Amino acid sequence: MSYMPNRNRFAIQTFSLSRKFGDLVAVDGIDLSIKEGELFSLLGPNGAGKTTAIKMLCCLLKPSSGTATVMGRDIHENPMAVKQIIDVSPQETAIAEHLNAWENLRLIGGIRGVAKKEVKKRSEELLEMVGLARRAKGQVRKFSGGMKRRLSIAMALVSDPQVLFLDEPTLGLDPQSRRGIWEHIAELKGKKTIVLTTHYLEEADALADRIAIIDEGKIVALGTPQELKDSISDMRVMVVKAKNLPSDAIEGLKEIYPEVKVTEGGIEIRAKELSFYEIVDYLRPRGVAIQSTSLKQPTLDDVFLHLTGKELRE
Amino acid sequence: MRFAELATRNFKEMLRDPMYMGLEIGIPAGFLAIFWSLGRNMGDESFLTTTMLVPGVAVFGFAFLLMFSAMTLARDREGALLSRLLTAPLKPRDFILSYSLPYIPMVILQIAVCFGVGALLGLEMPGNAGLVFLVLLVMGICCVELGMILGLLFNVNQASAVGSIIITLVALLGGIWIDLKVLGGVFYDVGNALPFAHATSAARDIMMGASFSSIAPDFYWVLGYTVVFSALGTFLFRWRMVE
Repeated sequence: MSYMPNRNRFAIQTFSLSRKFGDLVAVDGIDLSIKEGELFSLLGPNGAGKTTAIKMLCCLLKPSSGTATVMGRDIHENPMAVKQIIDVSPQETAIAEHLNAWENLRLIGGIRGVAKKEVKKRSEELLEMVGLARRAKGQVRKFSGGMKRRLSIAMALVSDPQVLFLDEPTLGLDPQSRRGIWEHIAELKGKKTIVLTTHYLEEADALADRIAIIDEGKIVALGTPQELKDSISDMRVMVVKAKNLPSDAIEGLKEIYPEVKVTEGGIEIRAKELSFYEIVDYLRPRGVAIQSTSLKQPTLDDVFLHLTGKELRE
Repeated sequence: MRFAELATRNFKEMLRDPMYMGLEIGIPAGFLAIFWSLGRNMGDESFLTTTMLVPGVAVFGFAFLLMFSAMTLARDREGALLSRLLTAPLKPRDFILSYSLPYIPMVILQIAVCFGVGALLGLEMPGNAGLVFLVLLVMGICCVELGMILGLLFNVNQASAVGSIIITLVALLGGIWIDLKVLGGVFYDVGNALPFAHATSAARDIMMGASFSSIAPDFYWVLGYTVVFSALGTFLFRWRMVE
């Protein structure tokens, strides 16, 4: 019988989980509690410590200090028991290139001890779900990047794991492929515990029940997407579309409003108190041709910028 | 038997790589034909007879197998696939078996190619064919196990470079083209300490009618290396499983 999550229990708990590489602290004492059936996202820029955290939870990397449990099984003391109930879709495309899609699924099902009949049944369902049923016997080295990622996710599901780790599942994909994968992930919501790492805030916003924003190995904020946005609800965001924006004008503006983000075709300014006239009067004498100004709701990007002083894609 | 699925995958990857399969058959067949031709032109005094060449070229071919097995494992390690596989509840010995077992049919294929081409070139063998096969099989497994160690210690480029050095070492010190006694001195000592010349010598002696007891020290020398390399590979895999 398929696993049914119990929302009253914790699937993952970390206790001051840390990992150092020489002098570099990649993960710095994180404490997390993730409930069964939750889709939990670790959001942060490259190098924030997301993948290192996942590797420790998957028993691929030993913590320097602290520990964690997955479905009550300690990653230090009982890694084999943890490995029995998890699966992972790694950041890079982790598939056997000379095998076909069907054989890749059979490989993962086989090494995870799933009976052959069950692997066959699940593979048919999964290939259908990720839209690869017609390419099941095609060599995967000829697949596009999006197809490989979809197969990689299907491979992580073939053992019907209780806890699924998706490490940057849409990294480097075009927007259409990304949205396709989001749909597949959304279908899994509530059926298993999912830990999703991403540096695409739209991804976390669209999919996650809760988000932990991670920066330089530390959790800097934790909550539902709405809670995180509400945490800066007193902030106002002004979008200025303009031409001829010299860098010294932007730097000067940052002295008045510290949170200025350069966007395509303009800037976004965040502050509790924003003066439309002050901004316009500052920019115009510096030769900036303002095309439009508007106010917008804070996004997770704004939350991240506010908390860390940097942008997610830096 | 979870490792069987991974072993099957590794075997299929080999079979589906035309360049690998071409080299697997082409290297022993090509070397055998070239040195046989050289020996024939050198006249009756030549060391390069089919009886001397066939086991020697088989051992030489295993050195290439060593390099290929090292590169396959190193490639999987560098890519994300091995990381994914390492999250499965498999033990280090399962991984070593999964990566080394698929090469045993390749060892057998190389032996078959050497003896097949040898037969076409007029090979005569009064000795026990089964014993020759056993000695060469153990030597082949020994090379694959050493390949596992290299694949666990080095990246693809390094494994290729170290593999090339070992191929040269086998060619010079494996008693294949040059008698170790002729080399003498430190070269003799090093060649004699390594397993390759022992396998070459044992296989040749059996082919010429020697009994197992007379080649037993050589055989056990090769077997000892195989056991040590296998244990070391399993230990290294355990170390690599949790970085």
